[in-house]
Amino acid sequence: MRFEGTQSYVATADLKIAVNAAVTLRRPLLVKGEPGTGKTVLATEIAKAVNAPLIEWNVKSTTKAQQGLYEYDAVARLRDGQLGDPRVHDIGNYIRKGKLWEAFTSPVLPVLLIDEIDKADIEFPNDLLQELDRMEFHVYETGENVRAVERPIVVITSNNEKELPDAFLRRCFFHYIKFPDRETMQAIVDVHFPGIQKLLVSRAMDLFYEIREVPGLKKKPSTSELLDWLKLLLHEDMPLEVLQSRDPTKAIPPLHGALLKNEQDVMLFERLAFMARRQK
Amino acid sequence: MFLAFLDELRAAGIPASLKEHLLLLEALDAQVIEPTPEAFYFLARATYVKDEGLLDRFDQVFAKVFRGIASNTGVAPAEIPDEWLRAIAEKYLTEEEKAQVEALGSWEKLMETLQQRLAEQHERHQGGSKWIGTGGTSPFGNGGYNPEGVRIGGEGKHQRAVKLWEARDFRNLDSTRELGTRNIKVALRRLRRFAREGAAEELDIDGTIAGTARQGWLDVKMRPERHNAVKLLLFLDVGGSMDPFVKLCEELFSAATSEFKNLEFFYFHNCLYEGVWKDNRRRFTERTRTADILHKYGPDYKVIFVGDASMSPYEITHVGGSIEHMNEEAGAIWLQRVTDTWPATVWLNVLPEAQWGYSHSVTMIRELMRDRMFPLTIAGIDAAMRELSRKR
Repeated sequence: MRFEGTQSYVATADLKIAVNAAVTLRRPLLVKGEPGTGKTVLATEIAKAVNAPLIEWNVKSTTKAQQGLYEYDAVARLRDGQLGDPRVHDIGNYIRKGKLWEAFTSPVLPVLLIDEIDKADIEFPNDLLQELDRMEFHVYETGENVRAVERPIVVITSNNEKELPDAFLRRCFFHYIKFPDRETMQAIVDVHFPGIQKLLVSRAMDLFYEIREVPGLKKKPSTSELLDWLKLLLHEDMPLEVLQSRDPTKAIPPLHGALLKNEQDVMLFERLAFMARRQK
Repeated sequence: MFLAFLDELRAAGIPASLKEHLLLLEALDAQVIEPTPEAFYFLARATYVKDEGLLDRFDQVFAKVFRGIASNTGVAPAEIPDEWLRAIAEKYLTEEEKAQVEALGSWEKLMETLQQRLAEQHERHQGGSKWIGTGGTSPFGNGGYNPEGVRIGGEGKHQRAVKLWEARDFRNLDSTRELGTRNIKVALRRLRRFAREGAAEELDIDGTIAGTARQGWLDVKMRPERHNAVKLLLFLDVGGSMDPFVKLCEELFSAATSEFKNLEFFYFHNCLYEGVWKDNRRRFTERTRTADILHKYGPDYKVIFVGDASMSPYEITHVGGSIEHMNEEAGAIWLQRVTDTWPATVWLNVLPEAQWGYSHSVTMIRELMRDRMFPLTIAGIDAAMRELSRKR
């Protein structure tokens, strides 16, 4: 089982090694990087590459570690007790399995994605230490011990909103998805839009990297935005000349809505165009 | 195996532990990688480094430790100030000129000369054909052209790439950790003490179950929601030497106001004296007596001072030392009272920690704060919040 990137995902050499190390040794892989560089997609692609089902656990600010293991629905049991439902005698009927449990007991080896772990409370990763290390946990209500038949492949993504605790980090492999350089970007675009005109892509990418270079941008456009933008350009059948016109007074690229996600950034571009006009 | 590498990493401040080391050996044992230096570099990086801010440091250590082993063309990653290398102008060479550029000789000789010049040269250099810098024809530096050139930092204009770890792609991540309000908020969030106060709005399941079991009928219990009950006093230094740091303070202020409900703030100038103010336009007319603040806010409040702590030592130690008015009691006495009243007090200094030693007053304030002075960076705020939330 080796991850070599897939038909729809371009993996750099360092990413491949990090993934393969994590897959072989069954340690969690922690992925960080600018938003939109394909962190979440990576888990889907690993699952596709090793032919395993993907179990997604999307973490929110209110998510508790316990919810990934199991939840005990006391209210349902209380209600059944009042109604005299015979199910009430077995507490197991009110235990709801969480994503981790699902992954541990899955009949085929799954890929478990813990998405945006930094969104949760700071204690969240600490609460999962033992569970991810030993891949087992105890269910207090039933006295049962859930243990992974085979250690699942775990991918964890983080946007760096919170620091993760050291003890947690020690148990993971780490990969930082760097913003792709031009060659990698070209490969990514080719994978997504095989038939796209070479010249158009090359011009569009020039523009794209120019935009990323503009100082003072609040949110720099990233890979996913470039792909969206190219899709739009294709859809609108944008003539090449529009991209090629290097008129500084029209600093705003066509269909900029896909690239600039912040009204201050759009304003910045308009101001730059205005200054260029004044200089003439 | 590789223990020296681990030691070097730890010495460079990368928190690698035995756990990671064993993991690396396990991975090597399981033959996760092809036996090439590049693959080993990637694997070691994924194992040891867990913070993108440390990637650059890792590259440097790797280059240092594996020089000569990993490659036959090892280059010492020289520490050269960035501004030398920032290519402001590019000297475009014609084909003839390129042909004219002389190669210095063998590789060893090139490296030797580089070391020598690094030692000799002390300023930024551009153009020309001897010194290290940008855009020139010297064999050293970047953006220039020399057939046997050694690239040092910067973008290679003529595609003569160095080894991966020497490329130091992650340098930017190390230095440009921006201090946006979002980051500050996250750092401030460390400071919290949850308490249930106010109206009962949340269903207390445990209480309900216990109550129901006792009563025999459904006995719904409610309780107040948990929220951050920490109380904070913020003292901000304004004017004079603080002007360059206005933006930084604004960001901290806006993050703090949105993060804490029980927040009171006051301004002072240079050092705390008998009066502070809440509105900078009316700083001389509407003052709040510091003594009143000391009495009004209980010891459960946490106190944060923000300032550069740079002033004449007399402003701290002497009666009448203030540069604005005649103070009847020295600033040190007032600061002493503050730390006595509120055990949880810290000083966030806008100056970088490395500069603290140059100013006598910073040392004095630091002593008055009982050594609880932290730089106003994400790491500093984080450490300060830990200090404040420590149980006393």
